Amino acid sequence: MTTVLEVAGSDAELRRFLHGLPGVDKVGAEARAAGLGTRSIKTTAKAWAIDLAIRMVDLTTLEGADTPGKVRALCAKGRHPDPGDLSCPAVAAICVYPLMVPTAAAELKGTGIHLASVATAFPSGQAPMAVKLEDTKAAVVAGADEIDMVINRGAFLSGRYLEVFEEIVAVKQACGDAHLKVILETGELVTYDNVRRASWLAMLAGGDFIKTSTGKVSPAATLPVTLIMLEAVRDFRAETGRQIGVKPAGGIRTTKDAIKYLVMVNEVAGEDWLHPDWFRFGASTLLNDLLMQRTKLTTGHYSGPDYFTLD
Amino acid sequence: MPRIKVRKTYKLFIGGAFPRSESGRTFEVDGHNAALASRKDARDAVLAARAAFGKWSGATAYNRGQILYRAAEMLESRRSEFPSEEVDHAIDRLVWYAGWADKLAQVVGSANPVAAPYFNISSPEPTGVVAIVAPQSFLGLVSVIAPVVVTGNTCVVVASTLESISFAEVLATSDLPGGVVNILTGKAAEVAPWLASHDDVNGLDLTGVADAALATSLEQQAAETLKRVLRPAEVAWTDDPGTGRMTAFLEIKTVWHPKGV
Amino acid sequence: MAFEYAPAPESRAIVDIKPSYGLFINGEFVDGQDRNKTVNPASEEVLAEVSWATPEEVDAAVKAARAAFAKWSKLDGKDRAKYLFRIARIIQERSRELAVLESLDNGKPIKESRDVDVPLVAAHFFYYAGWADKLSHAGFGVDPKPIGVAAQIIPWNFPLLMLAWKIAPALACGNTVVLKPAETTPLTALLFAEICQQAELPPGVVNIVTGAGPTGAALVEHPDVDKVAFTGSTEVGRIIARAVAGTPKRVTLELGGKAANIVFDDAPLDQAVEGIVNGIFFNQGHVCCAGSRLLVQESVYDIVLEKLKRRMATLRVGDPLDKNTDIGAINSAEQLSKIKALSKVGEDEGAERWSPPCELPSNGFWFAPTIFTGVTQAHRIAREEIFGPVLSVLTFRTPGEAVEKANNTPYGLSAGVWTDKGSRILEISDKLRAGVVWANTFNKFDPASPFGGYKESGYGREGGRHGLEAYLATH
Repeated sequence: MTTVLEVAGSDAELRRFLHGLPGVDKVGAEARAAGLGTRSIKTTAKAWAIDLAIRMVDLTTLEGADTPGKVRALCAKGRHPDPGDLSCPAVAAICVYPLMVPTAAAELKGTGIHLASVATAFPSGQAPMAVKLEDTKAAVVAGADEIDMVINRGAFLSGRYLEVFEEIVAVKQACGDAHLKVILETGELVTYDNVRRASWLAMLAGGDFIKTSTGKVSPAATLPVTLIMLEAVRDFRAETGRQIGVKPAGGIRTTKDAIKYLVMVNEVAGEDWLHPDWFRFGASTLLNDLLMQRTKLTTGHYSGPDYFTLD
Repeated sequence: MPRIKVRKTYKLFIGGAFPRSESGRTFEVDGHNAALASRKDARDAVLAARAAFGKWSGATAYNRGQILYRAAEMLESRRSEFPSEEVDHAIDRLVWYAGWADKLAQVVGSANPVAAPYFNISSPEPTGVVAIVAPQSFLGLVSVIAPVVVTGNTCVVVASTLESISFAEVLATSDLPGGVVNILTGKAAEVAPWLASHDDVNGLDLTGVADAALATSLEQQAAETLKRVLRPAEVAWTDDPGTGRMTAFLEIKTVWHPKGV
Repeated sequence: MAFEYAPAPESRAIVDIKPSYGLFINGEFVDGQDRNKTVNPASEEVLAEVSWATPEEVDAAVKAARAAFAKWSKLDGKDRAKYLFRIARIIQERSRELAVLESLDNGKPIKESRDVDVPLVAAHFFYYAGWADKLSHAGFGVDPKPIGVAAQIIPWNFPLLMLAWKIAPALACGNTVVLKPAETTPLTALLFAEICQQAELPPGVVNIVTGAGPTGAALVEHPDVDKVAFTGSTEVGRIIARAVAGTPKRVTLELGGKAANIVFDDAPLDQAVEGIVNGIFFNQGHVCCAGSRLLVQESVYDIVLEKLKRRMATLRVGDPLDKNTDIGAINSAEQLSKIKALSKVGEDEGAERWSPPCELPSNGFWFAPTIFTGVTQAHRIAREEIFGPVLSVLTFRTPGEAVEKANNTPYGLSAGVWTDKGSRILEISDKLRAGVVWANTFNKFDPASPFGGYKESGYGREGGRHGLEAYLATH
């Protein structure tokens, strides 16, 4: 256990460790992800998976145009995604910009729904360290119990692993009791080898979750990237005993997609991760498709978008 | 008074050396005594051929071509020892095959456009140890040995002519590693069955087997370990030989590798 | 709470299985004399009655092929191509039907028959269709000729795919064929016969004679056969090689294997584990090129075994028609008893046997995915082809030792090597005496890629330009 956690003394030590991780063969990894995507989840299994997926949604709005009104509507939707069916579970969290945290905190009080705030100069992370830490602290003080930070991809890509590591450590400290999700922005890391290394780096530095993307860069979450991250959390727990969560974010819009992710969680990381504490979907439009499919299963016929709320 | 000639003793050619038959037997060929190979000589020759296979098959094609060309040079310089109507063809044939060494892989290999992100390439490799029953003619002998070894196989040749041993002497002075070509003079009917049934022989060239019943029985024995068999055939040795005698004792190996960053 | 996948069965309504099938001779189905049953190995349910062709019926088929050869061999290559393209298209159109029937008769998971077998079948016909009018460019002479009547005998592990590997190149080159499918898996070949009718392929160009060993022997030994192509066991391959000795018949044989799958310590381990699993559990291990000997470098042995066992625990064994099934039924009671017998030998020889917990259906023929650890080259399970979902795990220390162990077998069909080091891949690939080397992948097939073995794994190549040679009078 200690061996893994003692590698962060310098860039060179981190490099030795991260580059010593087994490589990822792109074709093989993508084939595995596609293979899992062919699982056919029907009837009772589908109903179970849809409810679980709803409970795992970090219902998100991260727009320059966000207002308290928009955020209040989103919180209402998160509490009762399907107002016409009270058996429909609430989402896991509402995810907003720091400025919107007070509004959301007031709306979510006592609901059990987590409040996530992006921070650290989201989405680019291109701000001085002090600014990033203030950003984080302000969000926590305003009521966020989850912080979604971005890593410094520039530093990572140029091999300044210690800088990335220390930033995560510092942000984690600034979080206090809040959970820290570390956004790798895999679309900018490009290779699966980088995704694996960044995952380990984030876990070693104390992140509670590793998250694929900001949603502002394409490609955002993909099945193969999530596969690599699920393998990383699985192997990290085997090595250290510490369980880390995974959050694919961006680009997951359909129930079919969401179920593919759940199948992957089930078969790669294992059923310990099939819980909102350990797996989340960063999404907005996904929720309505989950609701439509849920309705189809209960009523036996197809529904339409006008029967679900926009927010 | 005429000079008393120093006669040549015709021995076997095994592992680069010229031993007598372990059986101590000889038989008369054109007024000379030649070693009469036995079952145990065949066994020793296969061992020598197998031992030589790794290095010879691993040699560069350029190197094998150079050595075959060297054999042509040596034959040219000793042409008087061989039948005059065949030796020119034989020299030219060696030169022709020498040139094939570093071209055949390009002609019979391929890059394969598979429907997925894989690098996929097929290339020829030598089959292994090939037993050859050589035809009577000298040009025939050269024309069955050269294609087998130029591609990296090693061989054990059953022959019955004196030229076959003289040719061994040519090969022995051509930088050909010992054991790549082994020549056993003797009777095909006696020796060839031991080669056809030998588990460590991979290919069988029956070109020189005149007796159809013997050929059938040898092919049947070869079936036991699925040896590649070239059946007996009447060959006009001066014709263009084509690539068939080389490809008969080649294996196509296909290698796959994913392409991805 | 666990994620229980509900049953997701593919409907078998798409297939109309007749109660009884005849032989396909000269473009028509004719009733045979010797009636036998073919069963679904997943349930032991009788699927249909089929005829096992007698020597007289084989003779009729060869005569039909001979008669058709005169015209077919003279047909313009571009017209032969059109027939083959037609067949390829009909296979695509009827792919679901073929996949379901293949899974019913063979026991393989629908996801494999649907995603691997049938698409490759169509691709194979498409590939060789394109060759039919380009043979003069193939490197086998300026005007290469067909050989004549080809006798083709195929195994039960990939019934339709092996049919495609045999028939497509034969027809493209202008030969006519008599094909015998395996006695336990005749149904897709008979459906293919219907497809030939639909394509209006001239009568006699393709003849299908169902039957067992004696039918095959009659076909191989028929004096009017010019070419024999066989895929199956090395044991039967030997019999065929003996039978054609002394005849002018040309032969290609694709036989058994005991492939080494070599995992070096710098391998992409998660993909290597997938490759190991795919290498031995694909098609229940009924694969001649299966990676049945895992050679793991000692320094990563523990981690590889841990990952492998965890992965094996996720394999779903059961109903071949369920879309989530990873491992289907063993093809026959006979094969199941062979697998059981050799596994027993493994235990008796002291190797350690392990299978994940897995519930097997009560009817039909089943065998849990199994690995044996502590195996050495001296164990029978490291030498003999088991042809089932049974993996022998061995270790090595150096590259030289890996190659030596990999090559230490009378077989030479395939091999796998896993390492992130490019130069090592190239050197090891050179040294492995096997016809197909999968580097950082395993069990990949493509119509453009030649396939076939060294040593006792047979001779000749199927697929690609090289696959034409077996059906052209080149020598």
